[in-house]
Amino acid sequence: MEEEEEQQQQQKKGKKKYYSIIVPTYNERLNIALLVYLIFKHLRDVDFEIIVVDDGSPDGTQEVVKQLQEVYGEDRILLRARPRKMGLGTAYSHGLKHASGDFIIIMDADLSHHPKYLPSFIRKQQETGASIVTGTRYVRGGGVHGWNLMRKLTSRGANVLAQTLLWPGVSDLTGSFRLYQRSVLEDVINSCVSKGYVFQMEMIVRASRKGYHIEEVPVTFVDRVFGSSKLGGSEIVEYLKGLVYLLLTT
Amino acid sequence: MKHILKIMALVVAISAFWIGLLRTSIVSDSYAWLLPVYLVLSLGCYGLLMVGVGLMLFPTCPQEAVLLQQDIAEGKEFLKSKGIDVASD
Repeated sequence: MEEEEEQQQQQKKGKKKYYSIIVPTYNERLNIALLVYLIFKHLRDVDFEIIVVDDGSPDGTQEVVKQLQEVYGEDRILLRARPRKMGLGTAYSHGLKHASGDFIIIMDADLSHHPKYLPSFIRKQQETGASIVTGTRYVRGGGVHGWNLMRKLTSRGANVLAQTLLWPGVSDLTGSFRLYQRSVLEDVINSCVSKGYVFQMEMIVRASRKGYHIEEVPVTFVDRVFGSSKLGGSEIVEYLKGLVYLLLTT
Repeated sequence: MKHILKIMALVVAISAFWIGLLRTSIVSDSYAWLLPVYLVLSLGCYGLLMVGVGLMLFPTCPQEAVLLQQDIAEGKEFLKSKGIDVASD
């Protein structure tokens, strides 16, 4: 009996988890190269693959990815392109189809999600056994750089509104830097229909309603072009529509 | 249960409590009639307070921007050494 248990434990230790990092891109020639370099720099003793879902970028993003494949290997970097811009939600399910990891990490290519936080996502998941680990900007150790007062105000307002109406159980609903257990992502992604960053909110709210164990880790978010992520009137309307939609359907 | 139903149940419970107060006249009538107004006002105040506090304590990270620039420079150096051309036209 004891021997068997020992063997099982050894097997557990021996079988390392495999991670698939899905990165949707559109015209991210420089950023994707920097991102791949930084991922390999910060994930040294982790088995992982990077899946780039490129929506037919005209700037030669795909050529750069092919050059990166020559440096790091075609088994580590997968290019799964689509012919034209088809949206974020479908980019994730497209990447998921080609992913072979036990865990899926989703991040943006524009370096607003820094790969140096990846080890803390993985550690948090291993410590807690969570189904989802989501990056949050609104706790100690997290933060945002490059937002003007107006952007901060809308962000806070949107957050208070969502927290009061939806009781989602997570502090950062629209952040999209997340780690999912594969089966959980497959389950949640199919029930989501929203677009844009409302999609991120719908994913986490639906996962929370389904009772999945969600943990948070602090991340920072650097807007490299000051004030580039302006929230216009149409985005605010989209957000409010998304909020009502989630109120009625979850 | 849909979330809107939870909220509606909460609203119904509060209304029932209020109607109870009106009927039993534990507090004076004129005061009881004003209670919903107070409730809405305090909800509004709570919202404004949360936005205000959140704005004052908004976590920022200027040092991260500097670190990111260093990482970018380092990454560009590496890419150049591998012969990957990332200069945008």
